Amino acid sequence: MSWIDKILPSVGRSADSGKTRSIPEGLWKKCPRCEAVLYRDNLLENLDICPKCDHHLRISARRRLEIFLDNENQEELGTDIIPSDILKFRDLKKYKDRLVTASKATGENDALVVKKGNLNGRPIVVAAFEFGFIGGSMGSVVGEKFTLAVNKCLAEELPLICFATSGGARMQEALVSLMQMAKTAAALEKMKQKGLLYISVLVDPVYGGVSASLAMLGDINIAEPNAFIGFAGQDVIRQTVREKLPEGFQRSEFLLEHGAIDMIIHRKHLRTRISALVNKLMHRFADRPTQQELV
Amino acid sequence: MNPDYLEFEQPIADLEVKINELRLVGADNKLNISEEVVKLQDKSHKLTEKIFSSLSPWQVSLLARHPLRPYTEDYIEYIFTEFDELHGDRLFADDQALIGGVAYLDKYPVMLIGHQKGRSTSEKVKRNFGMPKPEGYRKARRLMLLAERYKMPVLTFIDTPGAYPGIDSEARGINEAISENLAIMSRLRTPIIATVTGEGNSGGAIAIGVCDHLNMLQYSTYFVISPEGCATILWKSADHKADAAKAMGVTSERLEELGIVDTTIEEPLGGAHRDVRQMSVRIREKLLEQIQQFSNMDTDALLQRRYKRLMSHGSSQ
Repeated sequence: MSWIDKILPSVGRSADSGKTRSIPEGLWKKCPRCEAVLYRDNLLENLDICPKCDHHLRISARRRLEIFLDNENQEELGTDIIPSDILKFRDLKKYKDRLVTASKATGENDALVVKKGNLNGRPIVVAAFEFGFIGGSMGSVVGEKFTLAVNKCLAEELPLICFATSGGARMQEALVSLMQMAKTAAALEKMKQKGLLYISVLVDPVYGGVSASLAMLGDINIAEPNAFIGFAGQDVIRQTVREKLPEGFQRSEFLLEHGAIDMIIHRKHLRTRISALVNKLMHRFADRPTQQELV
Repeated sequence: MNPDYLEFEQPIADLEVKINELRLVGADNKLNISEEVVKLQDKSHKLTEKIFSSLSPWQVSLLARHPLRPYTEDYIEYIFTEFDELHGDRLFADDQALIGGVAYLDKYPVMLIGHQKGRSTSEKVKRNFGMPKPEGYRKARRLMLLAERYKMPVLTFIDTPGAYPGIDSEARGINEAISENLAIMSRLRTPIIATVTGEGNSGGAIAIGVCDHLNMLQYSTYFVISPEGCATILWKSADHKADAAKAMGVTSERLEELGIVDTTIEEPLGGAHRDVRQMSVRIREKLLEQIQQFSNMDTDALLQRRYKRLMSHGSSQ
C-alpha cells in the first residue's frame, strides 16, 4: 500500500479488500479535546481513548458492548421492537425521515441496544445507548427495550448494567417520550424490590429526561472521566442565570464532588471494576447454607 | 392593548371596555341604556364563543400561561377546606415554587402538592416563576411518603415551565430529585390523582405527575419540552414556537386515545380565568368522583393497575 492510500479516506477500500470493519471515517481522527491527530487503529486498540490527553471519545453502542462483555454467549434482546411515527411529527424534516437517516448512519433500529451476555463468566444483561441515533434520545422504543431488559433480569434474577449517553427525551414523540421516564423508573423500582443489582454508567453526554430517570437511579452510579452530565443544557442555564458557569460545571468530577455519583472509572478499567462490584453485591450473604443444611 | 387579555382576546377586551363605559354613562345620566348593554354583552358572548371555538395549539399554550390563569393556591382556596401548608424538604430549604399540605376535599383528608406561580413581580420572584429546584421535588417526595403512611390520597396540580435550569439546581442534583420521585410514585401505596391546570412542561411536570388518573383542563398543555425549547432545538429558532406547539400539541382527545390523559375538564367560556369559581366547581366534582372510585380499590390492585398503565405508554404490544 502506498503512502497516499494510507492517508486518503478509505472510500470503497473495505469492499476491495473484502474486510468488513466498522470504520466509516478515514484512517485518522482528531481528538476533540487536545486536537491531536490520531491513527484510527491505535485508537481502536486503546478503546477510543486519546493516548495524548486521555480523553474518552464517544463510541457506538455495539462497540461498547463488544469491549464490555465476554465474547461468548451473547444474545441480543428486543430486535423486533422498532419505531413508528404515531404522531406524524414533522419539524424541518419528517420524523419518519430522521428515523431512516439515523438507521442508515448507525445500523441500528433505534437508540438502545440490549444484550444478555457474560461478564467474566457471570451472566448479566447490558443496555447501551447509541448516541448516533437521534442523539441517543429516549422514545417509546428505548423505553420498551429498557423495560424488556429489566423484565429479563427479573425473570432470571440477573444484574443489569446500563451505559447511558443521551440528549434526553425524544421530542418527536412528544408526550409519549416523557412517559418513558416514568415507565423506566417504575420498572427499575421492581428490580430494587426484588433485590436485583442495577448499575448505571454515565457516558459523555447524558442530559434531560434520561439523566432525570433511568441514568440516575442506579444502586451504584458510575461515570467515565470528564463526561458531561446534567439535566438542563449549558446554553439554557447560561441564558437563565446570565452568569459565567463555573469551571468543570456538569463534568463527572463535578458530580462526584456534589455527591451525585459513586465513582469515576477509566474506560480501561470498567470491565474489571464493575465485575468486582457485581461479585461483591451479588454475593448474597443470606444465601449461604442454613444451619440445617450445614448439619 | 389590555395586558390582561392576550392578542387574540383583544376584540373581546374592546367590547368589554365599551360595555363598562356604557354602564358608567347610564349611572351618571339616568338614561335607560340597559337594553344596549344587554345587546353588547350578547355580542361579546358570541364573539368569545367564536374565537374560542377554533384555537390553534399555540393559542392554547398562551392560554395555559395566561397572566390571569388561576394558580394552585386559587384552586386550594375554592376547592378544599382547612388547608394546612407543610413546608420544607428537611434537607436544605423550603421551595416556594412547589407547595403542599393537608386539607379536606368534602369529608376526605387529602395531601395536596402543586406548582405555584406568582402574579406580582415580587411574587413571581418568590415563586421562581413556578420553576422548582431539587428541594421542591424533595419536599413533594416527603409529603407523598407522609400521605402513604397516613393513607391519604395525593392530589397534584401541575403548572410549570419546567424544573429550574440553574447552577445550584444542578449542583444539588435536580436529576436525582426528579428520578427518585418517578420511582417512588410508581409504587406509592395510596391513590395519586394528577391535574394539569396550566402548562405542564418536561421532567419538572412529570416529577409530580405519575398517577392513577390524569386530568387536564381544556386549555392546559402537557409537553415534553416547552414549545420555545423545542423550536430552538429542532427549527434552530425560537420563532417557530407556534410550529413546535402544533407539532407536539396533540389534542387532549388524542392523548385520551393514547391512554395518557383520562379526563379533560371543560373550562368556562373564555377560559378558567374568566370564572375561577365555576372552574373550581368542575374540578372539585371530578376529583371527588375519582377519589370515591379509588377509595373502594384494594391497594395491591391499585398498584398493579398503575404499573400496567405505566408499562402501556409507548408499548408495541
